[in-house]
Amino acid sequence: MIINQKYMKIAVLVKQVIGSESALEISSDQKWIDESNATFVMNPPDNYAIEEAMQIKEKLGDGEVVIVSMGPQRVQKVIREGLSKGADRGIHIETQESKNIDPLEVAKNICNSIEQENFDLILSGLQSDDTGMGQTGVLIGELLNMSTATLAIETEIDQETIKVKRELESGWFQWVTLDSPASVSIQSGINQPRYPSLKGIMGAKKKEIKVIAASIEDSKQNLDKIFVPQKSKETEVIDTDVDASVDRIVDILRSEIKAF
Amino acid sequence: MNILVIIEHKNGVMHRMSKEAIAGAQKIGGNITALVIGENSDSVADELSSFQIEKTLLVTNEKVTSYNVDGYKEIILQVVKVVNPEFIITGHTYQARDFMPRLSASLDIPFIPDLVSVENSSYIKQIMNSKLNASISSSNGPVLISFQSASFSEENISKGSSSLEKFEVTLDASNIRSTVDEPFQESASEVDLESAELIVSVGRGIEKEENTSIAFDLAQVLGAEVSASRPVVDAGWLPSSRQVGSSGSTVSPKLYFSLGVSGAIQHVVGMKGSKNILAINKDPDAPIFEIADYAVVGDLLDIIPKLIEKLKDL
Repeated sequence: MIINQKYMKIAVLVKQVIGSESALEISSDQKWIDESNATFVMNPPDNYAIEEAMQIKEKLGDGEVVIVSMGPQRVQKVIREGLSKGADRGIHIETQESKNIDPLEVAKNICNSIEQENFDLILSGLQSDDTGMGQTGVLIGELLNMSTATLAIETEIDQETIKVKRELESGWFQWVTLDSPASVSIQSGINQPRYPSLKGIMGAKKKEIKVIAASIEDSKQNLDKIFVPQKSKETEVIDTDVDASVDRIVDILRSEIKAF
Repeated sequence: MNILVIIEHKNGVMHRMSKEAIAGAQKIGGNITALVIGENSDSVADELSSFQIEKTLLVTNEKVTSYNVDGYKEIILQVVKVVNPEFIITGHTYQARDFMPRLSASLDIPFIPDLVSVENSSYIKQIMNSKLNASISSSNGPVLISFQSASFSEENISKGSSSLEKFEVTLDASNIRSTVDEPFQESASEVDLESAELIVSVGRGIEKEENTSIAFDLAQVLGAEVSASRPVVDAGWLPSSRQVGSSGSTVSPKLYFSLGVSGAIQHVVGMKGSKNILAINKDPDAPIFEIADYAVVGDLLDIIPKLIEKLKDL
Protein backbone atom coordinates (compact mmCIF):
# COMPACT_ATOMS: atom_id res chain seq x y z
CA MET A 1 0.00 0.00 0.00
CA ILE A 2 1.42 3.34 -0.94
CA ILE A 3 -1.58 5.53 -0.16
CA ASN A 4 0.31 7.47 2.46
CA GLN A 5 3.17 8.20 0.21
CA LYS A 6 3.90 11.80 -0.51
CA TYR A 7 6.90 13.39 -2.07
CA MET A 8 8.04 16.19 0.17
CA LYS A 9 10.82 18.55 -0.73
CA ILE A 10 12.54 19.81 2.40
CA ALA A 11 15.26 22.43 2.82
CA VAL A 12 17.32 22.49 6.00
CA LEU A 13 19.10 25.76 6.76
CA VAL A 14 22.40 25.19 8.51
CA LYS A 15 25.09 27.53 9.76
CA GLN A 16 28.71 26.93 10.53
CA VAL A 17 29.72 28.56 13.81
CA ILE A 18 32.76 28.81 16.02
CA GLY A 19 32.70 25.78 18.35
CA SER A 20 32.01 26.20 22.04
CA GLU A 21 35.46 24.83 22.90
CA SER A 22 37.23 27.13 20.46
CA ALA A 23 39.55 29.97 21.40
CA LEU A 24 37.69 33.28 21.33
CA GLU A 25 40.19 36.02 20.63
CA ILE A 26 38.74 39.35 19.63
CA SER A 27 40.16 40.45 16.27
CA SER A 28 42.34 43.55 16.08
CA ASP A 29 39.57 45.70 14.56
CA GLN A 30 37.36 44.58 17.49
CA LYS A 31 34.58 43.69 15.09
CA TRP A 32 34.75 39.90 15.20
CA ILE A 33 36.68 36.90 16.46
CA ASP A 34 40.18 36.24 15.19
CA GLU A 35 39.34 33.17 13.16
CA SER A 36 42.91 32.03 12.56
CA ASN A 37 42.88 30.00 15.80
CA ALA A 38 39.16 29.20 15.79
CA THR A 39 37.61 25.81 15.20
CA PHE A 40 34.30 25.57 13.38
CA VAL A 41 31.37 23.24 13.85
CA MET A 42 27.82 22.77 12.66
CA ASN A 43 25.63 25.13 14.71
CA PRO A 44 24.45 22.60 17.34
CA PRO A 45 20.68 23.35 17.08
CA ASP A 46 20.85 22.71 13.31
CA ASN A 47 21.64 19.04 13.92
CA TYR A 48 18.09 18.62 15.23
CA ALA A 49 16.63 20.25 12.12
CA ILE A 50 18.58 17.88 9.85
CA GLU A 51 17.47 14.86 11.88
CA GLU A 52 13.83 15.97 11.81
CA ALA A 53 14.00 16.42 8.03
CA MET A 54 15.47 12.93 7.61
CA GLN A 55 12.79 11.39 9.83
CA ILE A 56 9.98 13.17 7.93
CA LYS A 57 11.33 11.95 4.61
CA GLU A 58 11.73 8.41 5.93
CA LYS A 59 8.23 8.40 7.41
CA LEU A 60 6.59 9.67 4.23
CA GLY A 61 8.56 7.17 2.20
CA ASP A 62 9.77 9.61 -0.42
CA GLY A 63 11.14 13.10 -0.76
CA GLU A 64 14.27 15.12 -0.97
CA VAL A 65 16.31 16.81 1.76
CA VAL A 66 18.50 19.71 0.65
CA ILE A 67 21.08 21.28 2.97
CA VAL A 68 21.38 25.04 2.48
CA SER A 69 24.13 27.17 3.99
CA MET A 70 25.52 30.64 3.47
CA GLY A 71 29.06 31.75 4.22
CA PRO A 72 32.62 31.49 2.94
CA GLN A 73 34.10 28.40 1.32
CA ARG A 74 34.63 26.65 4.67
CA VAL A 75 30.87 26.18 5.22
CA GLN A 76 30.88 23.39 2.64
CA LYS A 77 32.16 21.23 5.48
CA VAL A 78 28.84 21.44 7.34
CA ILE A 79 26.86 20.95 4.13
CA ARG A 80 28.91 17.79 3.54
CA GLU A 81 28.19 16.73 7.12
CA GLY A 82 24.46 16.97 6.41
CA LEU A 83 24.91 14.98 3.21
CA SER A 84 26.78 12.29 5.12
CA LYS A 85 23.76 11.94 7.39
CA GLY A 86 21.63 11.14 4.36
CA ALA A 87 20.56 14.47 2.87
CA ASP A 88 20.36 14.36 -0.93
CA ARG A 89 22.17 17.47 -2.09
CA GLY A 90 23.46 20.85 -0.96
CA ILE A 91 23.23 24.51 -1.88
CA HIS A 92 26.09 26.78 -0.86
CA ILE A 93 25.49 30.53 -1.07
CA GLU A 94 29.04 31.74 -1.07
CA THR A 95 30.13 35.00 0.52
CA GLN A 96 33.54 36.63 0.63
CA GLU A 97 32.99 37.96 4.12
CA SER A 98 33.52 35.58 6.98
CA LYS A 99 30.53 36.80 8.93
CA ASN A 100 27.27 38.43 8.08
CA ILE A 101 25.44 40.05 10.91
CA ASP A 102 22.28 41.18 9.12
CA PRO A 103 19.67 38.41 9.12
CA LEU A 104 17.48 40.20 6.56
CA GLU A 105 20.35 40.29 4.06
CA VAL A 106 21.05 36.62 4.73
CA ALA A 107 17.38 35.74 4.33
CA LYS A 108 17.05 37.66 1.07
CA ASN A 109 20.12 35.94 -0.36
CA ILE A 110 18.83 32.53 0.63
CA CYS A 111 15.41 33.36 -0.86
CA ASN A 112 16.98 34.36 -4.17
CA SER A 113 18.87 31.09 -4.27
CA ILE A 114 16.05 28.74 -3.31
CA GLU A 115 12.85 30.38 -4.54
CA GLN A 116 12.83 28.35 -7.78
CA GLU A 117 13.10 25.13 -5.80
CA ASN A 118 9.57 25.50 -4.38
CA PHE A 119 10.25 23.68 -1.14
CA ASP A 120 7.26 22.24 0.71
CA LEU A 121 9.01 22.66 4.01
CA ILE A 122 11.96 24.66 5.32
CA LEU A 123 13.46 23.62 8.65
CA SER A 124 15.99 25.55 10.70
CA GLY A 125 17.55 25.34 14.16
CA LEU A 126 16.04 27.68 16.72
CA GLN A 127 19.03 30.01 16.77
CA SER A 128 22.74 30.15 16.10
CA ASP A 129 25.28 29.75 18.87
CA ASP A 130 27.34 32.68 17.58
CA THR A 131 25.11 35.70 17.02
CA GLY A 132 21.86 34.18 18.29
CA MET A 133 19.58 36.23 16.05
CA GLY A 134 17.06 33.39 15.88
CA GLN A 135 15.01 34.60 12.93
CA THR A 136 16.39 33.59 9.54
CA GLY A 137 13.96 30.70 8.95
CA VAL A 138 10.94 32.85 9.79
CA LEU A 139 12.20 35.78 7.68
CA ILE A 140 12.50 33.44 4.71
CA GLY A 141 9.03 32.06 5.40
CA GLU A 142 7.57 35.56 5.29
CA LEU A 143 9.57 36.60 2.21
CA LEU A 144 8.48 33.47 0.32
CA ASN A 145 4.86 33.78 1.48
CA MET A 146 4.98 30.55 3.48
CA SER A 147 3.28 29.87 6.80
CA THR A 148 5.64 29.80 9.79
CA ALA A 149 6.05 28.32 13.25
CA THR A 150 8.90 28.39 15.75
CA LEU A 151 10.29 26.20 18.53
CA ALA A 152 8.70 22.97 17.29
CA ILE A 153 9.25 20.13 19.74
CA GLU A 154 7.26 17.57 17.71
CA THR A 155 6.08 17.38 14.10
CA GLU A 156 3.19 15.46 12.58
CA ILE A 157 3.36 15.59 8.86
CA ASP A 158 1.25 13.53 6.48
CA GLN A 159 -0.11 13.98 2.98
CA GLU A 160 -2.73 16.46 4.18
CA THR A 161 -1.31 18.63 6.88
CA ILE A 162 1.75 20.05 8.58
CA LYS A 163 1.16 20.01 12.33
CA VAL A 164 3.77 21.08 14.84
CA LYS A 165 3.79 21.11 18.60
CA ARG A 166 5.23 24.44 19.69
CA GLU A 167 7.00 24.85 22.97
CA LEU A 168 5.60 27.82 24.89
CA GLU A 169 7.01 29.16 28.13
CA SER A 170 6.70 27.69 31.63
CA GLY A 171 6.08 24.11 30.54
CA TRP A 172 3.18 24.88 28.17
CA PHE A 173 2.76 23.54 24.65
CA GLN A 174 0.44 24.17 21.73
CA TRP A 175 -0.36 22.32 18.50
CA VAL A 176 -0.44 24.50 15.40
CA THR A 177 -1.70 23.38 12.00
CA LEU A 178 0.01 25.11 9.10
CA ASP A 179 -0.92 25.58 5.47
CA SER A 180 1.71 24.24 3.10
CA PRO A 181 4.35 25.38 2.29
CA ALA A 182 5.75 26.15 5.72
CA SER A 183 8.97 27.28 7.36
CA VAL A 184 9.46 25.84 10.84
CA SER A 185 12.21 26.34 13.39
CA ILE A 186 13.08 23.30 15.47
CA GLN A 187 13.62 23.31 19.22
CA SER A 188 16.74 21.47 20.37
CA GLY A 189 15.96 18.14 22.00
CA ILE A 190 13.11 17.25 19.58
CA ASN A 191 14.95 14.08 18.50
CA GLN A 192 18.21 12.19 18.79
CA PRO A 193 20.42 13.36 15.93
CA ARG A 194 22.08 10.50 14.10
CA TYR A 195 25.79 10.18 13.45
CA PRO A 196 26.96 9.77 9.89
CA SER A 197 27.74 6.19 8.94
CA LEU A 198 30.95 5.31 7.12
CA LYS A 199 28.84 4.52 4.07
CA GLY A 200 27.14 7.88 4.46
CA ILE A 201 30.47 9.69 4.61
CA MET A 202 31.70 7.90 1.49
CA GLY A 203 28.42 8.53 -0.33
CA ALA A 204 28.40 12.22 0.58
CA LYS A 205 31.53 12.83 -1.47
CA LYS A 206 29.61 12.12 -4.66
CA LYS A 207 26.59 14.27 -3.82
CA GLU A 208 26.05 17.59 -5.53
CA ILE A 209 26.72 20.93 -3.82
CA LYS A 210 25.52 23.77 -6.00
CA VAL A 211 27.47 26.99 -5.37
CA ILE A 212 25.72 30.32 -5.85
CA ALA A 213 27.47 33.65 -5.28
CA ALA A 214 25.86 35.83 -2.62
CA SER A 215 25.16 39.45 -3.34
CA ILE A 216 25.16 41.63 -0.26
CA GLU A 217 23.63 44.98 -1.13
CA ASP A 218 22.98 47.11 1.90
CA SER A 219 23.30 45.80 5.38
CA LYS A 220 20.71 47.45 7.60
CA GLN A 221 22.48 46.50 10.78
CA ASN A 222 26.16 46.72 11.54
CA LEU A 223 28.29 45.11 14.18
CA ASP A 224 30.36 48.00 15.47
CA LYS A 225 32.31 46.34 18.23
CA ILE A 226 32.54 43.20 20.31
CA PHE A 227 33.83 43.19 23.85
CA VAL A 228 34.12 41.17 27.04
CA PRO A 229 31.16 41.93 29.31
CA GLN A 230 31.88 43.62 32.61
CA LYS A 231 30.96 41.63 35.64
CA SER A 232 28.24 43.62 37.33
CA LYS A 233 28.12 41.93 40.70
CA GLU A 234 30.30 41.54 43.75
CA THR A 235 30.44 37.88 44.63
CA GLU A 236 31.34 36.62 48.08
CA VAL A 237 33.23 33.37 47.63
CA ILE A 238 32.82 30.85 50.44
CA ASP A 239 35.47 28.20 49.98
CA THR A 240 36.08 26.58 53.33
CA ASP A 241 35.27 23.39 55.23
CA VAL A 242 31.75 22.02 55.44
CA ASP A 243 30.87 23.24 58.94
CA ALA A 244 32.14 26.76 58.36
CA SER A 245 30.25 26.87 55.03
CA VAL A 246 27.04 25.75 56.73
CA ASP A 247 27.42 28.41 59.44
CA ARG A 248 28.02 31.14 56.89
CA ILE A 249 25.02 30.04 54.78
CA VAL A 250 22.74 30.11 57.84
CA ASP A 251 23.99 33.59 58.61
CA ILE A 252 23.40 34.79 55.03
CA LEU A 253 19.91 33.31 54.92
CA ARG A 254 18.95 34.77 58.28
CA SER A 255 20.68 38.15 58.45
CA GLU A 256 21.44 39.23 54.90
CA ILE A 257 18.72 37.76 52.69
CA LYS A 258 16.19 37.47 55.53
CA ALA A 259 14.79 34.32 54.01
CA PHE A 260 13.06 33.49 57.31
CA MET B 1 9.72 59.92 18.45
CA ASN B 2 7.01 57.26 18.48
CA ILE B 3 7.50 53.93 20.18
CA LEU B 4 5.15 50.96 19.91
CA VAL B 5 5.36 48.34 22.68
CA ILE B 6 3.54 45.09 21.98
CA ILE B 7 2.10 43.64 25.17
CA GLU B 8 1.86 39.92 25.85
CA HIS B 9 -0.76 38.64 28.26
CA LYS B 10 -2.37 35.44 29.42
CA ASN B 11 -5.49 34.89 31.51
CA GLY B 12 -5.82 38.62 32.06
CA VAL B 13 -2.28 39.00 33.38
CA MET B 14 0.41 41.03 31.64
CA HIS B 15 3.68 39.21 30.94
CA ARG B 16 6.40 40.42 33.28
CA MET B 17 8.72 40.96 30.31
CA SER B 18 6.13 43.25 28.68
CA LYS B 19 6.39 45.47 31.74
CA GLU B 20 10.17 45.37 31.44
CA ALA B 21 9.72 46.38 27.78
CA ILE B 22 7.68 49.40 28.91
CA ALA B 23 10.50 50.30 31.35
CA GLY B 24 13.00 49.96 28.50
CA ALA B 25 10.85 52.06 26.18
CA GLN B 26 10.61 54.78 28.84
CA LYS B 27 14.40 54.75 29.14
CA ILE B 28 14.75 55.23 25.37
CA GLY B 29 12.16 58.01 25.64
CA GLY B 30 9.38 59.06 23.31
CA ASN B 31 5.64 58.86 22.79
CA ILE B 32 4.87 55.33 23.88
CA THR B 33 1.88 53.45 22.56
CA ALA B 34 1.13 50.05 24.09
CA LEU B 35 -0.71 47.54 21.93
CA VAL B 36 -2.88 44.85 23.50
CA ILE B 37 -4.36 42.22 21.19
CA GLY B 38 -7.03 39.70 22.05
CA GLU B 39 -9.78 39.03 24.52
CA ASN B 40 -9.82 38.98 28.31
CA SER B 41 -7.50 41.97 28.47
CA ASP B 42 -9.45 44.53 30.54
CA SER B 43 -7.23 44.13 33.59
CA VAL B 44 -4.12 44.43 31.39
CA ALA B 45 -5.44 47.66 29.86
CA ASP B 46 -6.25 48.88 33.37
CA GLU B 47 -2.71 48.30 34.55
CA LEU B 48 -1.27 50.03 31.49
CA SER B 49 -3.43 53.09 32.18
CA SER B 50 -1.38 53.67 35.35
CA PHE B 51 1.90 53.87 33.44
CA GLN B 52 3.42 57.02 32.05
CA ILE B 53 2.79 56.30 28.39
CA GLU B 54 0.77 58.10 25.76
CA LYS B 55 -1.94 55.54 25.20
CA THR B 56 -2.98 51.94 24.99
CA LEU B 57 -4.56 50.55 21.84
CA LEU B 58 -6.85 47.60 22.32
CA VAL B 59 -7.60 45.31 19.39
CA THR B 60 -10.25 42.65 19.59
CA ASN B 61 -11.24 40.69 16.52
CA GLU B 62 -13.18 37.45 16.26
CA LYS B 63 -10.61 36.03 13.85
CA VAL B 64 -7.77 36.44 16.39
CA THR B 65 -9.15 35.78 19.87
CA SER B 66 -5.84 34.33 21.06
CA TYR B 67 -2.27 34.38 19.79
CA ASN B 68 -1.82 33.43 16.14
CA VAL B 69 1.29 34.47 14.25
CA ASP B 70 -0.52 35.40 11.03
CA GLY B 71 -3.24 37.31 12.83
CA TYR B 72 -0.76 39.19 15.00
CA LYS B 73 1.31 40.14 12.00
CA GLU B 74 -1.70 41.52 10.11
CA ILE B 75 -2.98 43.45 13.13
CA ILE B 76 0.42 44.94 14.04
CA LEU B 77 1.02 46.01 10.42
CA GLN B 78 -2.25 47.95 10.50
CA VAL B 79 -1.34 49.56 13.82
CA VAL B 80 2.15 50.44 12.59
CA LYS B 81 0.66 52.36 9.64
CA VAL B 82 -1.20 54.63 12.05
CA VAL B 83 1.32 54.92 14.90
CA ASN B 84 4.34 55.24 12.61
CA PRO B 85 6.86 54.10 15.25
CA GLU B 86 10.64 54.46 15.20
CA PHE B 87 10.87 51.53 17.62
CA ILE B 88 8.72 48.45 17.88
CA ILE B 89 9.57 46.85 21.22
CA THR B 90 8.74 43.56 22.98
CA GLY B 91 10.18 41.38 25.69
CA HIS B 92 12.28 38.59 24.15
CA THR B 93 9.61 35.99 24.85
CA TYR B 94 8.88 32.83 22.86
CA GLN B 95 5.88 34.64 21.40
CA ALA B 96 7.99 37.61 20.28
CA ARG B 97 10.48 35.22 18.67
CA ASP B 98 7.54 33.81 16.71
CA PHE B 99 6.04 37.00 15.25
CA MET B 100 8.76 39.68 15.30
CA PRO B 101 10.74 38.19 12.37
CA ARG B 102 7.52 38.12 10.32
CA LEU B 103 7.13 41.87 10.91
CA SER B 104 10.79 42.45 10.13
CA ALA B 105 10.57 40.77 6.74
CA SER B 106 7.22 42.29 5.94
CA LEU B 107 8.23 45.86 6.85
CA ASP B 108 11.80 45.39 5.60
CA ILE B 109 13.27 46.76 8.81
CA PRO B 110 15.79 44.94 11.03
CA PHE B 111 14.86 42.93 14.11
CA ILE B 112 17.69 43.19 16.64
CA PRO B 113 16.71 40.69 19.34
CA ASP B 114 17.50 39.74 22.92
CA LEU B 115 19.13 43.04 23.91
CA VAL B 116 20.65 43.52 27.33
CA SER B 117 20.82 47.30 26.98
CA VAL B 118 20.45 50.24 24.63
CA GLU B 119 23.06 52.97 24.82
CA ASN B 120 22.48 55.99 22.58
CA SER B 121 21.89 54.29 19.25
CA SER B 122 23.89 51.20 20.09
CA TYR B 123 22.09 47.96 20.78
CA ILE B 124 24.00 45.66 23.13
CA LYS B 125 23.46 41.95 22.71
CA GLN B 126 25.20 38.87 24.02
CA ILE B 127 26.93 36.70 21.43
CA MET B 128 29.00 33.50 21.47
CA ASN B 129 26.77 31.86 24.07
CA SER B 130 26.98 35.04 26.18
CA LYS B 131 30.75 34.90 26.46
CA LEU B 132 31.01 38.21 24.61
CA ASN B 133 28.85 41.26 24.00
CA ALA B 134 28.26 42.91 20.65
CA SER B 135 27.38 46.52 20.01
CA ILE B 136 25.10 46.73 16.98
CA SER B 137 23.78 49.78 15.17
CA SER B 138 21.16 50.21 12.52
CA SER B 139 21.98 52.36 9.52
CA ASN B 140 18.76 54.35 9.56
CA GLY B 141 15.02 54.14 9.90
CA PRO B 142 12.88 52.20 12.33
CA VAL B 143 13.93 49.05 14.14
CA LEU B 144 12.29 46.13 15.88
CA ILE B 145 13.98 45.25 19.17
CA SER B 146 13.35 42.82 22.01
CA PHE B 147 14.79 42.89 25.51
CA GLN B 148 16.28 39.93 27.31
CA SER B 149 14.58 39.04 30.56
CA ALA B 150 15.60 41.32 33.47
CA SER B 151 17.46 43.80 31.28
CA PHE B 152 15.07 46.40 32.67
CA SER B 153 13.14 46.26 35.91
CA GLU B 154 9.40 46.72 36.12
CA GLU B 155 10.07 48.48 39.42
CA ASN B 156 11.54 51.34 37.38
CA ILE B 157 8.38 51.98 35.36
CA SER B 158 7.38 55.63 35.59
CA LYS B 159 3.80 55.85 36.78
CA GLY B 160 1.28 58.29 35.38
CA SER B 161 -1.95 58.01 33.53
CA SER B 162 -2.75 57.21 29.95
CA SER B 163 -5.76 56.77 27.75
CA LEU B 164 -7.30 53.67 26.28
CA GLU B 165 -8.55 53.48 22.71
CA LYS B 166 -10.18 50.69 20.77
CA PHE B 167 -8.45 50.13 17.46
CA GLU B 168 -10.48 48.58 14.67
CA VAL B 169 -8.81 46.22 12.23
CA THR B 170 -10.08 44.52 9.11
CA LEU B 171 -8.70 41.05 8.65
CA ASP B 172 -8.81 38.93 5.54
CA ALA B 173 -9.32 35.33 6.64
CA SER B 174 -7.17 34.09 3.76
CA ASN B 175 -4.13 35.74 5.37
CA ILE B 176 -4.46 33.50 8.40
CA ARG B 177 -2.78 30.31 7.32
CA SER B 178 -2.34 28.55 10.61
CA THR B 179 -4.79 27.39 13.23
CA VAL B 180 -3.88 26.97 16.86
CA ASP B 181 -5.18 24.49 19.41
CA GLU B 182 -5.57 25.29 23.08
CA PRO B 183 -2.27 25.48 25.00
CA PHE B 184 -1.71 22.58 27.40
CA GLN B 185 0.75 21.38 30.03
CA GLU B 186 2.23 17.89 29.85
CA SER B 187 2.69 17.33 33.52
CA ALA B 188 -0.28 18.46 35.52
CA SER B 189 1.28 20.31 38.39
CA GLU B 190 0.44 23.15 40.71
CA VAL B 191 3.99 24.49 40.80
CA ASP B 192 4.00 28.24 40.44
CA LEU B 193 7.64 29.17 40.23
CA GLU B 194 7.08 32.63 38.85
CA SER B 195 5.44 33.91 42.02
CA ALA B 196 7.62 31.96 44.47
CA GLU B 197 9.59 34.15 46.91
CA LEU B 198 12.20 31.50 47.61
CA ILE B 199 13.44 28.89 45.17
CA VAL B 200 15.77 25.94 45.65
CA SER B 201 17.04 24.87 42.25
CA VAL B 202 18.50 21.52 41.27
CA GLY B 203 21.22 21.08 38.67
CA ARG B 204 23.06 18.12 37.25
CA GLY B 205 25.48 18.38 40.18
CA ILE B 206 22.89 16.65 42.35
CA GLU B 207 24.28 13.53 40.62
CA LYS B 208 21.28 11.19 40.78
CA GLU B 209 17.53 11.15 40.97
CA GLU B 210 17.24 9.99 44.59
CA ASN B 211 19.37 12.94 45.72
CA THR B 212 16.66 15.37 44.58
CA SER B 213 14.96 14.61 47.93
CA ILE B 214 17.68 16.73 49.55
CA ALA B 215 16.43 19.73 47.59
CA PHE B 216 12.84 19.06 48.64
CA ASP B 217 13.91 18.73 52.28
CA LEU B 218 15.76 22.03 52.13
CA ALA B 219 12.83 23.68 50.35
CA GLN B 220 10.47 22.46 53.03
CA VAL B 221 12.55 23.92 55.84
CA LEU B 222 12.81 27.26 54.03
CA GLY B 223 9.25 27.31 52.69
CA ALA B 224 10.64 27.41 49.16
CA GLU B 225 9.62 25.95 45.78
CA VAL B 226 11.89 23.51 43.95
CA SER B 227 13.02 24.23 40.40
CA ALA B 228 15.44 22.51 38.02
CA SER B 229 17.75 23.10 35.10
CA ARG B 230 17.04 21.52 31.72
CA PRO B 231 19.46 18.56 32.04
CA VAL B 232 17.67 17.47 35.23
CA VAL B 233 14.30 17.64 33.45
CA ASP B 234 15.64 15.89 30.34
CA ALA B 235 16.95 13.10 32.59
CA GLY B 236 13.42 12.70 33.97
CA TRP B 237 14.43 13.45 37.57
CA LEU B 238 11.97 16.35 37.87
CA PRO B 239 8.96 17.35 35.69
CA SER B 240 9.23 20.07 33.03
CA SER B 241 6.86 22.29 35.01
CA ARG B 242 9.79 22.85 37.40
CA GLN B 243 12.20 23.94 34.69
CA VAL B 244 13.78 27.39 34.86
CA GLY B 245 15.45 28.89 31.82
CA SER B 246 14.82 29.84 28.23
CA SER B 247 12.54 26.85 27.69
CA GLY B 248 11.00 26.95 31.15
CA SER B 249 9.94 29.57 33.65
CA THR B 250 11.56 32.94 34.15
CA VAL B 251 11.81 33.73 37.84
CA SER B 252 12.94 36.60 40.02
CA PRO B 253 12.54 35.45 43.64
CA LYS B 254 14.03 37.02 46.74
CA LEU B 255 16.33 34.02 47.00
CA TYR B 256 17.50 31.66 44.27
CA PHE B 257 19.43 28.91 46.01
CA SER B 258 21.04 26.71 43.36
CA LEU B 259 22.40 23.27 44.09
CA GLY B 260 24.86 21.94 41.55
CA VAL B 261 23.60 24.16 38.73
CA SER B 262 26.49 24.90 36.35
CA GLY B 263 24.95 28.08 34.94
CA ALA B 264 24.57 27.51 31.20
CA ILE B 265 23.20 30.63 29.52
CA GLN B 266 19.91 28.86 28.74
CA HIS B 267 19.37 28.53 32.48
CA VAL B 268 20.79 31.89 33.50
CA VAL B 269 18.38 33.94 31.36
CA GLY B 270 15.56 32.44 33.41
CA MET B 271 16.87 33.38 36.85
CA LYS B 272 19.42 36.18 36.64
CA GLY B 273 16.77 38.69 37.77
CA SER B 274 16.67 37.04 41.20
CA LYS B 275 17.30 39.46 44.04
CA ASN B 276 19.82 37.16 45.74
CA ILE B 277 21.63 34.24 44.16
CA LEU B 278 23.26 31.72 46.47
CA ALA B 279 25.01 29.01 44.48
CA ILE B 280 26.71 25.81 45.60
CA ASN B 281 28.98 24.04 43.17
CA LYS B 282 32.02 21.80 43.39
CA ASP B 283 33.65 23.53 40.45
CA PRO B 284 35.16 26.92 41.43
CA ASP B 285 34.99 27.95 37.75
CA ALA B 286 31.28 27.16 37.34
CA PRO B 287 29.69 29.97 35.26
CA ILE B 288 26.86 30.29 37.82
CA PHE B 289 29.39 31.92 40.17
CA GLU B 290 29.74 34.80 37.69
CA ILE B 291 26.24 35.97 38.52
CA ALA B 292 26.01 34.71 42.11
CA ASP B 293 25.96 37.00 45.14
CA TYR B 294 27.27 34.14 47.25
CA ALA B 295 29.43 31.41 45.72
CA VAL B 296 29.82 28.37 47.94
CA VAL B 297 32.55 26.08 46.62
CA GLY B 298 31.94 22.58 47.92
CA ASP B 299 30.00 19.35 47.72
CA LEU B 300 26.31 19.98 48.12
CA LEU B 301 25.80 16.38 49.27
CA ASP B 302 27.95 17.18 52.34
CA ILE B 303 26.76 20.72 52.95
CA ILE B 304 22.98 20.59 52.43
CA PRO B 305 22.08 17.77 54.88
CA LYS B 306 24.04 19.57 57.61
CA LEU B 307 22.43 22.88 56.65
CA ILE B 308 18.97 21.32 56.91
CA GLU B 309 19.75 20.02 60.41
CA LYS B 310 21.01 23.41 61.49
CA LEU B 311 17.99 25.24 60.08
CA LYS B 312 15.64 22.82 61.81
CA ASP B 313 17.32 23.62 65.15
CA LEU B 314 16.82 27.36 64.83
